[in-house]
Order: sequence, then structure tokens, then C-alpha cells
Amino acid sequence: MAEAHPVGFQWVMEAKARGAKVIHVDPRFTRTSAVADLHVPFRAGGDIAFLGGLINYVLANELDFREYVQTFTNAADLVGEDFVDTEDMAGLFSGYDPETGRYDPISWQLEDQFEAPAAGQRDHWEAGLREHHAAQTSDTGGGSGQGAATTDNPARDETLQHPRCVYQVLKRHYARYTPEAVSQVCGMDPEQFLEVARAITENSGRDRTTAWVYSVGWTHHSVGAQYIRAASILQTLLGNMGRPGGGILALRGHASIQGSTDIPTLYDLLPGYIPMPNAHLHEDLQSFLDADAAKTGFWGNMDAYLISLLKAWWGDAATAENDWAFDNLPRLTGNHGTYGIVRDQIDRKSFGYFLVGENPAIGHANGKMQRLGLANLEWLVVRDMQMIESATFWKDGPEIETGELRTSDIGTEVFFLPCANHTEKSGTFTNTQRLLQWRREAVHPPGDARSELHFYYHLGRKIREKLAGSTDERDRPILDLTWDYPTFGIHSEPDPEAVLGEINGYDAEGRPLSTYTQLKADGSTTAGCWIYTGVYADGINQADRRKPGSEQDWVAAEWGWAWPANRRTLYNRASADAEGKPWSERKAYVWWDDESGRWTGHDVPDFEATKEPGYKPQPGARAQDALAGTDAFIMQADGKAWLYAPAGLADGPLPTHYEPVESPVANLLHDQQDNPAREDIDRAWNRLNPARSEVYPYVFLTYRLTEHHTAGGMSRTLPYLSELQPEFFCEVSPALARERGLEHMGWATLVSARTAIEARVLVTERMKPLRIGDQTVHQIGLPYHWGANGVSTGDPANDLLGVVMDPNVHIQESKVATCDIQPGRRPRGPALLEFVEQYRRKAGVEPGGIH
Amino acid sequence: MTNVWDAFSRTDDSLYGPLPDPAANAGFAPDHPKRVGFFTDTSVCIGCKACEVACKEWNLVPDDGTDASDLYRLTGMSYDNTGDLGASTWRHVAFIEDVRPHGTATTAHGGEVTTGHIPAGLPALGGGALPKARDAATAPPGPGGNGEGTVDLLSLLPESGAHGQQTPDDERDVRWLMASDVCKHCTHAGCLDNCPTGALFRTEFGTVVVQDDICNGCGYCVPSCPYGVIDVRGSDGGAHKCTLCYDRLGSGLEPACAKACPTNSIQFGDLDELQAAADARLAELHGRGVEEARLYGRDEDDGVGGDGAFFLLLDEPEVYGLPPDPIVTTRDLPEMWRNAALTAVGLGVAAVAAFWKGGRR
Repeated sequence: MAEAHPVGFQWVMEAKARGAKVIHVDPRFTRTSAVADLHVPFRAGGDIAFLGGLINYVLANELDFREYVQTFTNAADLVGEDFVDTEDMAGLFSGYDPETGRYDPISWQLEDQFEAPAAGQRDHWEAGLREHHAAQTSDTGGGSGQGAATTDNPARDETLQHPRCVYQVLKRHYARYTPEAVSQVCGMDPEQFLEVARAITENSGRDRTTAWVYSVGWTHHSVGAQYIRAASILQTLLGNMGRPGGGILALRGHASIQGSTDIPTLYDLLPGYIPMPNAHLHEDLQSFLDADAAKTGFWGNMDAYLISLLKAWWGDAATAENDWAFDNLPRLTGNHGTYGIVRDQIDRKSFGYFLVGENPAIGHANGKMQRLGLANLEWLVVRDMQMIESATFWKDGPEIETGELRTSDIGTEVFFLPCANHTEKSGTFTNTQRLLQWRREAVHPPGDARSELHFYYHLGRKIREKLAGSTDERDRPILDLTWDYPTFGIHSEPDPEAVLGEINGYDAEGRPLSTYTQLKADGSTTAGCWIYTGVYADGINQADRRKPGSEQDWVAAEWGWAWPANRRTLYNRASADAEGKPWSERKAYVWWDDESGRWTGHDVPDFEATKEPGYKPQPGARAQDALAGTDAFIMQADGKAWLYAPAGLADGPLPTHYEPVESPVANLLHDQQDNPAREDIDRAWNRLNPARSEVYPYVFLTYRLTEHHTAGGMSRTLPYLSELQPEFFCEVSPALARERGLEHMGWATLVSARTAIEARVLVTERMKPLRIGDQTVHQIGLPYHWGANGVSTGDPANDLLGVVMDPNVHIQESKVATCDIQPGRRPRGPALLEFVEQYRRKAGVEPGGIH
Repeated sequence: MTNVWDAFSRTDDSLYGPLPDPAANAGFAPDHPKRVGFFTDTSVCIGCKACEVACKEWNLVPDDGTDASDLYRLTGMSYDNTGDLGASTWRHVAFIEDVRPHGTATTAHGGEVTTGHIPAGLPALGGGALPKARDAATAPPGPGGNGEGTVDLLSLLPESGAHGQQTPDDERDVRWLMASDVCKHCTHAGCLDNCPTGALFRTEFGTVVVQDDICNGCGYCVPSCPYGVIDVRGSDGGAHKCTLCYDRLGSGLEPACAKACPTNSIQFGDLDELQAAADARLAELHGRGVEEARLYGRDEDDGVGGDGAFFLLLDEPEVYGLPPDPIVTTRDLPEMWRNAALTAVGLGVAAVAAFWKGGRR
């Protein structure tokens, strides 16, 4: 965190100054380790074993926050009899189809309950389950609406003793994750593991809370979503969710990545985490809602959120008669995530590409794959501040040097459009705390540089002008858009506050709404992103509030604005016990006030203000009315934190340790070596190193340095930053240096089944060899900032990576892979291809190529 | 400004020893601003180098690459690639990888007590002993990895039996010390006292600043600094160093480095308040068992009369590349002047006596 988020890290240092214990769990000894109380080195890719070990430690010693667990989680629910755990199936869960490599999650369901997930695999999950449910129950009639609802009296055992209750299933699942086993898998000192286990359990409970902070070291894995699930289980067992000082905090890669998932650049989401509809025949709005929305909990209002969104986008053209223009929304036909799209580009199925503040030729895994995609386009728009490698690949990319591509053969027409940077335009940043902070243009963008808002508004305006008068049905969605933002200045810059107002939403009279509970499904309200409703309450830019912390209480509710409804901690109902009393004075946050009959406290309660703690829902109640006064997790269909996830995940209801796809060791915990449901791209340009390969014996991991910015476009071009980390290097331990004859400050060549790259060598005691079983595992550190352009140049570390993906979110496994390392510089030109091919042959890997 | 005659004629504290108010001593009226400075608490430094960049941005200091050799090369000294303080590096973050046998290392201000010494024979990677690859005279490493400027660190690493402290890899602990160094703005500034042009002067804030338009680049200041801070820049021939952002101080702003520091490792303020804060911080760390914490440049009885920019260190100053006992180069100047004068008087008397004798002959 100190490396990649030094500004945010000031608060960790502040907490430490106040007595917090800071533990850093990282394969490398970084700048964070240097100031942490404890650094726990371990093997990259062992996190679920580590977290599973902590879960086992909590359960085996009964250290869970029992009252919290019983009140707020699904620990007491009974898992259906069809479920078979990895314990009994050699590392697989029931429902696995080896033909397709996918799971059918029906057998994971809870007994007598059909849980709709609040996120993740929704529509995908629904089809089979709906039929399954219809076959089992008699009251569904013709509609499938109940398919995603919970029943009123689920099977539970409040004593947590039933062998099929979630608590016991969890206990059995993690029983083999003993401190000794964890130490074996992770190469971790058992004493150190126990020190962490004691620290987090002693600092959780009524009086204390523990927080986990992660970044892409947890998500860039073939089991990345399950890493986060494992942390969620641990934090829920310890009662660290919905409480001050608790939580699981994602550090994002850029200033507003949180904002770009809220109002997403993700292909499978609409604003506010509403799923993007899949392509089904004859699906209308209602059948989409039936398939994708829970009927209970706040997702029971998805109709109001979605119709308000459609009204914001298509205004008067969205009517009850045309299903609120639902058919104007695009439909998904498969995995259109970034790697799926690039695969389609190489296969000549996708022809145009916008790159906006993104340099995939350097910043994405398997650089060759990325550049091949770019080279097979018809047109490419690059909006950036600098002439990045993704804009110049056609003349100086590595494939030109090797002769795999020739400039004269590349037909891609590249449009480079200079863009304004963050100080040259107004708008919001949404940080990891869901806090929106407005910033104002400090200086005008230079020359032809323009803001993204300017670019997209005027692009849309020009397209609409060209389409004007068209009677083609397919042009209607664009022609009917509300596209009328006021502009100002000589460049006709759209007013960003007008966009903020549209995101916030208006009532039928055109007055700004103040909270999402005002949204209606009758077309009388609009909201561009329902979770942001309230950011423009009373027509005031709430994100622009700047009341200093010294002038308000410690929650600082008047600095910026947090979604939803300015709540600073989500699910904060859980900060009080079943009766609504704070768990302790020290951790009092939100509580029930009997006198006023309301929830109150330091933060805005994340609960219906007047729903008393003893509230019990009526049979057949819908949406939030179906949740009890103790159901704190209000977005969940059952209002519970899910220790066991009966739906929503593509690779199992419980996190299980699988080795990274490219691992030097066998899975010591299960027979199944790696994630059986992972996604592969089996092409000549994406060969994978075999697991436990002697040809590629070393683990490497990629990361950032404080001194550089992601793919380098904003730092390798600047002398002041380049001089601080002037060259691409690899970090190796003295032992590995001895083993391979590497010299400090000399050159090394690293090679995988994809390609070979060269780096200067830093021999450092900060890198430690690990003992895994009877093997010694060496890890190599590679910062990934470099490319051919700019003042500080070097080979791209990401060229070494292949692409293999998590099946839930289609994110690549780029935080751990294998390679060989040899002293000296790499071959040049066609000799490089032959060099890499020799390695492939030796390792028994199929030949590489560009097709 | 020091009056040499005063120094000669009476033994005052202008050149050595405690001096409560250097600005007044330099001739500023009694209502001058209070003396300001930096307290750099290295125990919370995370090595982000924001101070280095903010300093260069504000003060328009050229980047090292263009000034030294137009090349961007690693130094091999851990994550330190700017080497040391110089004409174009006014803030410098040192990175020291300190290796010890297992169980003796501690984190920046963790609980375990250590002896605070690097075991004999084990290298401190960033300790400043390695040659600078950035030196203009040093060619960048060529292909094959054996070019000049590379260091065979392996040969420095402990081999079995070669050193008394030999331990297997996983039984050695590493500690990574980071510290942002800067001009000390000494109470007795050798650079200033030896500047023949008056380009260096004591400001009303008690800081020491070079005036670019007066400096003639003679370089007398360079060897006069006991810390090796000030240097002459090749590209413009002038001497340069930290001004403690004199231009910002005049506008009521804190220096750029302190403003940019995310963890408050660099604290700016009135020197007496910083000293009190540092004393409290030291006591707190000692209370937590971090016995190796110490203040550097805080003592007004040291060889420079105490520093305007002082530090909290977690090891001996030498580990950070700082002199353990800096002494202002003008300390002995009064004595030298006195001796010279006495010698001159003596010679004069002898000469007169000789002529007198001769005259009587």
C-alpha cells in the first residue's frame, strides 16, 4: 500500500501512531513491509490457503463472534442434501461438468431456499435453477417470479450443530487448513502464521475491529473472486463487517476506478450494478427482472432503478407501451471482457477499438496478444496525453523487430487524440470508500487536448447529426437519447454539473431527487445511477462539500458525498446487536433509539430509519419489507451475510485453495491442482507454461513502483519521475543469483512460453527463497511499467504473462506465473522467436505463433 | 554576516558553539521571524520520494539525467537512484537494506529491541559505499552484464565461513531504512562563512540560501560543508542547494517537500517547536522499546551549533551516509587568525628589532 498508494497510506501510519498493529502479508518485502509491525512473506498464489487457515483457526478454537454470526449471517441455514464438498470429491464441488469445464450450481442451494445472488452470476445462474425450482414447488404458476425469492421459513438450526448447517459445512471444509498445512503451502513460518491469527482474533469482537486492505495482488488470479470471498468469510465470522474500523477495503488502480465500476466501463453491468441483459429470444423487461433481480431485499426494487435509468437515457421516448425502451439496451452474447474482445480482434470478429487512458500494449497481460489485436483492427482511437506504445505498435512494437508483423501489412487506422488530464477538467473522483469528491478545472487543457466529457458529448452529437432523419429501426436508440447538455466556453465544453444532475435523477416535476428510495417503477422518476441519487439533492453539488475534518465529527459526513445516501460505512446496522444496541461503547456507530423510534448514530443508518429491531416480515412480503429488523445486509435476498454462497459464483460456494495455473508445486491441500472452472484462451499466441515445469522453474510476480504510473505513459515520459527509477529491473534473492549466476546490476533474460524479455538485476535480501514441501521455490519480482517509448525505456514485463482467467470476472492471473531466468541480454530479431521456441519444445509446449 | 574582525578580536559564538539566534547574529533586527527548520522523522518515511519531486518542481531544479550524463541508469543502491545530495538533488531519499541474523531485526518502530548495528561483513546495500553509475565518467553497463559501473554484489555476500555472521538465506532478516536527507541549515554554516562573494547569506528565518545571480561558481563552499551538501552544477557553473523554499516562506507557505510528504515524515515549523516535537517523539519510541532511535543534528553543542534541519534516525548516522561528528570547517578560524596575527606581530617585532638593531649600528 505504501508502494502503490502512498497518499492513502498516511492513514495507516496515522492509525499506527494511535496504536494500531500493522501486518503486511506479501510475497515481497516492500516499502509497506519496511514500516509495518510485522511482515509475513509467503508464496504468491497461496492466499486462500492462508485465509482458509485463519478461518480454520477461528472455527477450531471457537473464536468467532458468535452473537454477531447468529444474528447477521447464514451460518444456521441448512445446505441442501445434494451438495458435495471438495472434501469428498478430491477438490471438486458437486455439479462439475468436465466436458464444458463449468459448474451447474443447482446442488449448492440451501434447503428449501432459492437464493438469488446480489451480484455475480445472475442470469447465467437463473435459467436452470428456475426450471429446477418450478419442478419442485407448486405455487409458482406460470410466472417464474418466485424463482429468485427466498421462502418464508427456511430450514435453519440456530444452535449451529446440524451437520448440514452452513457453520458445520464451513468447519469441515476448512478443517484441513491447519497451521502446519498452511505453512507448507505458503512457505510461511508456522509461528508467524499463529502470530497473525492471534492478532486478528484478539483485535476483533465487541470492543475491537480489524480491517483488511487488498489490491490487485488478490484479484489478479484465476481464483481472484474467491480470494475476496475468503476474506469476507473471515471478516464475517469475526464480526468485522458493517462496523467502524472493520471491513475489506479494495485499493483501486486509479483515482476513480471505483467510479468506473459504479457507472461502469464493465461490459456486463449497467450503472449501479444492474446486470446487463443477456441475449435471449423475446425477453422483455419483466422476464429480465424475473431472471436477474431478487424479489426480497433492496434488489427487489430493481424495476424502479432500471426504469428510472431508462427514463434518464431515453426520456419521453421511454414509455410503458414500449417497455420503457428496454429493447434499446444492447444484449450480451458471451464474454465481452477485455481479453475476450482482444481474442475476437485477432479472430477478425471485432474491428474498432477505443483506448482511453489505457495502454494495453504494455499494461495488459500477454503484450503480444494485445498488439496482435491492435494490428488486426480497422480503426483505433487512442485518447492519451502521450504517444504511448499502443498508438505506435505498428511501427516500433516488439513484433516489428522480430519480423512477425510488418508495418506495411498492418491495416489499422490509428487516430491519436490528445486528452485533458485530471487537473484540466472538472468532475468527480469516487474513491475506494465510495466517496465522491468534486474537483475543478485548475488550468485549461493545452492545444487540442479535450476532456473525455467533451469528446463523447460531441462525438455523440455528430453521430446523431449524421443519423438525423434515419428511419432505420437500429438508429432509434441513438436518435432517441437525451443528449442535450448545456455547453460553455469557446470549445463548447459540456457542463459536468448537468451530467451530475442527470446521474442524480429528477422527479416528475423536474426537481432533483434526494435519495434512491424515491425512485419509482412507473416512469415518473429518472436516475442515471440509482446508488448516486442524492449527490445532487436540492440542486446542490454535494460532492463539492469541503468542510474540514477539524470542523466536524470523526465520521466527517460533510466532506464530499458517499454513495448510497451519504453512508460512510455500508451495512452499518450490523454495528448494533439484535436489539439495536451498540456492541460496545467503544465501537458504537449506529443504534436504535427507542424514544424517537428511529435508527440513529454517528453515520447515516444503512437501514430503513423506522424499521424496529424486532420487526418480522409478513408472509409473502416483497423487497425490503421481506427483511427482518435484524437483516442488516439489505442488498442480499435474505438480508444475511453469506458465509456460504449458494449462488452467484461460477467456481464454488466456498473458497478452496487451488494452485495458480503456472505453479512450481503440487497442490498440497487437494488432488485438484488448479481452478477447474477457470477460463482459458488456447491459441498459439497464448501458450501456457506447464505446471511444475523444470524448464520454467521460477515464480515471477508483477507489480508497480511508487515512482511510476501503471503502463508508464504518465511517468516514463517525465524526467523527474524517470530518474527515480530509470530502468526496468528484476529483483532476485542472493540464493537465486548464485543458482543462476546473476550479477547485481548485470542483465538477465527471463523467458516464458510467450516470449523472453531482459531486465537489469537487483540482487536483494528483500527477496527470500521459500521452502514448499521438500522444494525450494524462488520468486522473482518484476515491476511492469516499461516499454519502448519515453525517456526511460525497457522491455514490458507483461509480455512474459499468458492469459488465463477467473471465471467470475474474467480477470487474468497476472500476479503469479512461472519463467526461467538466465544471465545476459536476450536475443534480438528473429533469433528471439527461435530462442523462445526452443524453450517451448524442451517443456513440451505446442509451438507458438501469431495466428 | 560574520565579522572577521569581531571573531578575531573577541572569542564570541559567531563561528562555533551554541548560538540562540543566528539571524540576529547576522544582523537582522530583533523583530525578525522566528528561526524555522525541518524535523525529518525517518521512522515514518515510506520512501515515496514525493519530497524529491516536489522540490524539483517548485525550485526548477534540473533532473539528474540531463545534468549529469543525459542517461537514465540505475545506481544499484537499492531503490535510491539519485545517489546523494548535490547541486541538482536538494532532497535525497536514502534506502538502506540492512541485513542481520534472524531474530535481531526490527521494523521501523516495532516492538523488538535490537542492537542497531549491521553485523560485520554483511553489506548495507544502500550504504553509499558503491560507486555511482550515474557519474558522467562511468559508462553505462554494456551487454553481458559485466560493464563498468556494475557491482558484483555476490562477492560481497557472505560465503560459508568467510564471515562470522554467516546464516542461511531464510535465517537472515532484512530491515529497509528510508530517510530523506536535506541541507542542514547549520547554526554555523561553513559554506556561508567561506563564501567570498556574499552569494550565500543567512536569511531572516535563520536559514542559509545561495543567491544565483551573485554566485561566481568559485566552489569554496563545496569543501566547507561538513555534510557534503552544496555542490556546483556543471550546466550553469553555480553553486546550488536547498533554500528551505525561501520564496515560499516569504508568502507564508511551507516548503514544497514538507507539503508533499504524505506521512508527515518531513515536518516544517518553528525550530523550537520542532525540537520539542522531536524530543516527545523520541521519548515515545524509547517508551515502545525502540532503543536505537536517536536524534541527529538536534544538539546545539555539536560541531555546527545544531542544525536547522535535524533528523530522527533508527541507527548510527553512518548507516545513512551521514557524518557522525560534523564540525564546521570555520571552527578553528579565530584560533588560526589569532595565531596568524600573533605570528605577524611577532615577525613585525622581530623585523623592527632587527632594523632597530641595525639602525643603531
